[in-house]
Amino acid sequence: MTTAVKAQLGIAALMFAASPWVINAAPHEATMGLVYKIYFYHMPSAWMFMLGAIVAGVASARFLFAKRQASDATAVAAAELAVVFGLLALVTGPLWARKAWGVWWVWDARLTSSLMLFLIFVAYLLLRQFGGPGSEKLSAGLALFGMANVPFIYVSVNYWRTLHPKTSVVPTLPVEMGIPLWFCVTAFLLLFLALLSLRATLERHRARIDALYLSHDEA
Amino acid sequence: MSAFLRVAALVVRKDLTVEVRSLEVVSTTLFFAVTVVLIFAFGFVKEGVPMDGVAAAILWITVAFSGTLALGRTFERERQADTLRALMLAPADRPALYAGKLVGMLLLMALVELILVPLVGLLFQAPIFRAPFRLAGLLAAGTLGFAAIGTLFAAMLVRARSRDVLLPVLLYPMTVPVMIAGVRGTAALFQPQPDAGMAQFWFALLVFFDVVFVTLALWTFEPLMTD
Repeated sequence: MTTAVKAQLGIAALMFAASPWVINAAPHEATMGLVYKIYFYHMPSAWMFMLGAIVAGVASARFLFAKRQASDATAVAAAELAVVFGLLALVTGPLWARKAWGVWWVWDARLTSSLMLFLIFVAYLLLRQFGGPGSEKLSAGLALFGMANVPFIYVSVNYWRTLHPKTSVVPTLPVEMGIPLWFCVTAFLLLFLALLSLRATLERHRARIDALYLSHDEA
Repeated sequence: MSAFLRVAALVVRKDLTVEVRSLEVVSTTLFFAVTVVLIFAFGFVKEGVPMDGVAAAILWITVAFSGTLALGRTFERERQADTLRALMLAPADRPALYAGKLVGMLLLMALVELILVPLVGLLFQAPIFRAPFRLAGLLAAGTLGFAAIGTLFAAMLVRARSRDVLLPVLLYPMTVPVMIAGVRGTAALFQPQPDAGMAQFWFALLVFFDVVFVTLALWTFEPLMTD
């Protein structure tokens, strides 16, 4: 573990420990009351989910076309993080929706497309796990196709059915709500980056051991 | 370009010859499609009357299911005889091989749909002759989108373990836009007051999807299929 990763993890841990107080300090929202504060964890998770998906897609493209072996490790790490943060977003979302909209789940464009993207990355991990040798190439193709698919899923689900707060809500937040939000986003981002580099290093070591083992077997 | 077309045509001819001699994939896929529609009929027909608006969904789900089966069988045959490796060793453009396999798949699925659509029309009282060209257009565009991704994934999975399970696991989340567009577009044609504008919109989305994913598949087939 490098010093940078240690520092990131340490700061993220402190920020997460402090986050209940920071979120508590945020003002009450008139219509939803206390429950809206889930949002301070929900939105950063959803953003890290998107970030993970984008990093996995870009790394996969580099692995596939530029034949950069190291990018494959980044892609796996990012895909795993996308699944973890995606799950967080998909669990915290319905908790909030139950209170705000009165139902656990609605077939809204953003929800459904997030769920679909989540499923694509679960499929990615299943392929890595059970695909056997050579599956890193297939999974890279899957991540690439998954990325290209996002706008289509969004548009189709949008026209199929559309209640989710628009993205434009963020800049219009009052400062007292904005500060805790950006505080949480920073904490999540630090955690994401630390885990990404840790997991990618682990994956690189694993690939190296596999290669060494094979070359030893052949010798 | 002419070499590309020639290679693709040769691959199609090879697949058709193999298929005509055995009829393995066509017969099993067709029978499978018919049984799937019947199972849906037992689920969605209440007291002899089909529920409203289920015909479009049943049609497209059956297309997806039987398409998956056909993809799996077609490539399993290539794997068992190791003929896919032989194809890959041939001094031909890889994208041309993909195009050939894709066209073969499309012909097969078109044949299945030719039986499937009247069957759904018959069993679920769907007005399939109300706008036959629009329906055919939606089916053609949707099948192309499904088969374009399916052919690539099935070809990639030939070398993977647990490929039978992994094909639908990878293919279904990826083809959600095809399913939504196909079902909604067809439902717009089947509803009591057909909505041609809506069907048109979904058709356009399908065509756009096809263009993007056929291009992407042609582009990635080479690096994906190279060891």
